[in-house]
Amino acid sequence: MDGLTPRWRTSLIWSWTAAMVVFMYLPGLCLLLASMTSSRYFIFPINKWGFAWWEKTFASLEIHQLFRTSLLIAFCVTVIAVTIALFGALAFARYDWKGRSIYQKIVLLPIFFPQSVLGLSLLLWFNALGLTMSWQTAVFAHLVWIVPVCTLVISIQVYSFDPALEEAAFDLGATKWQVFKEVTLPVLFPGIFSGALFAFLLSWGNFPLSLYTTGADTTIPEFLYAKMVAGYTPGVPVLGTVSTVGAATLLLCGYAIILLVRRRRAASEHSET
Amino acid sequence: MTISKLLAPGTRHAIPLVLFLLVGFAAPLLAVIGFSFVPARSFSLWQNWGLGNYIEIFNSTSYLSFLWSLGLAAITVLVLAVICYPIAYGLARVFGKYSTLVTLLFTIPLFVSENVRLYGWVLFFIKNGVLLGTLKSWFGIEPESWLFTNGIIVWGMVYVYLPFMLFPMTLGVSMVPDQTRDAAFDLGATRWQVFKEVELPLSMPGIMIGFLLSFVLAVGAIAEAKVLGGQQIIPISHDIEIAFTYAQNWPLGAALSVLLMLVVGTLVLLVLRRFDLDAILGRR
Repeated sequence: MDGLTPRWRTSLIWSWTAAMVVFMYLPGLCLLLASMTSSRYFIFPINKWGFAWWEKTFASLEIHQLFRTSLLIAFCVTVIAVTIALFGALAFARYDWKGRSIYQKIVLLPIFFPQSVLGLSLLLWFNALGLTMSWQTAVFAHLVWIVPVCTLVISIQVYSFDPALEEAAFDLGATKWQVFKEVTLPVLFPGIFSGALFAFLLSWGNFPLSLYTTGADTTIPEFLYAKMVAGYTPGVPVLGTVSTVGAATLLLCGYAIILLVRRRRAASEHSET
Repeated sequence: MTISKLLAPGTRHAIPLVLFLLVGFAAPLLAVIGFSFVPARSFSLWQNWGLGNYIEIFNSTSYLSFLWSLGLAAITVLVLAVICYPIAYGLARVFGKYSTLVTLLFTIPLFVSENVRLYGWVLFFIKNGVLLGTLKSWFGIEPESWLFTNGIIVWGMVYVYLPFMLFPMTLGVSMVPDQTRDAAFDLGATRWQVFKEVELPLSMPGIMIGFLLSFVLAVGAIAEAKVLGGQQIIPISHDIEIAFTYAQNWPLGAALSVLLMLVVGTLVLLVLRRFDLDAILGRR
């Protein structure tokens, strides 16, 4: 707490922030409400509550297939993105080298780029190469946007990394690989883990890049969009709610894991000294 | 081993990412630039190149879409600046141990597809929806739905891009050292003077990055006008999409994309050139 900020201002800031949090979650709440009706169309206040559409949605084979496609893409994106981004982040924040300042800006450029245009550019490019669009091309397209985000997330951890730790390990006779495995990776773990979480979730929720690059395969956001435009059923809010709650759970669990690792590490350091 | 001796460690670590961006980012952009010069309605790159598509754009009403996109983005950024500053200030200086939790709360919606969240607003604002249905059954009033107006598009854009303004802004506000602020107060500055002369200038790098990020993303926005605006306004990204899909005129879409890329690219490079990213992201 900040002694300079008077109490009335503190409570004003708190209430404003609380109002904005409500603003952020209001659409999610509307989706939840709309999913709990037994009638075909959404009319509020709801007079026939029920979970019929939840059962229907979870039983649908089409939805199972969508889940599999989305999961497959998100999983591949996570693994590849974290691998590239880890080295990218070390170049971004750990080492001083000649081209670094330009490199940092180039890495940021795809993040600042309108995603729908990026998706179309990739479609043109794949087409020029003679590739057929499928979930593999979608993985590549997601990576173009997600690898830079992931690099940035890991970089923030790398900035607080003390290079003296690596040097000490080298002095004690560790090989390059040992230093990487025993020092660099564990110290950077929280950053790598959040990078992986970001990569997975951003790929899972991505629409503009998937739209142009998945071809015959369909992801959940694409399916939802198609249903919103034509053929609304309460299955749309059901899936929307599932993805919102899923993202929230994954993030909160991830955050808890990082806290736990930190606490355990602090405890072991304490017991050694 | 020879490579590791030739190149500095930083360069070596950068190689995979740079190669990837060459194939995945630079090459597609070059393909788009190439496509923008081929004759209209063709699907192959190797033809007689010319400026036909650009001439067609300058003789059409596409500039209207550009103006709509730029105008809506500008309004969005201004609204966001006012909304986000108190929250950023709170995250950096007031919330203390709760600031991670608050940050997390603003992060979670980012991972749900934009369309889905905007659809939540449709359910909120639609006739017989959450808002109007409640008003009708509790108070018996039936106002017009706010959907499909220009105001709701800005509403949607403010909603979607809020975190992109908030997080850089928070980094900026937390860059203001306590001592400087205290010193200004000790020297007799008023609250407003401290804000204007100390806090604002010192947090400028983060604030500018927030402006840039939310503006650039908002210029490329498409879902808000489609889902909430009922396609009354056609922003530039929608024009591009129409050219690629319904009109089947890839070269025209490519030329529009090039123009959009020029606007975005110039802005990004101009702003980023002025800042040291290391200082903002927290290198010691």
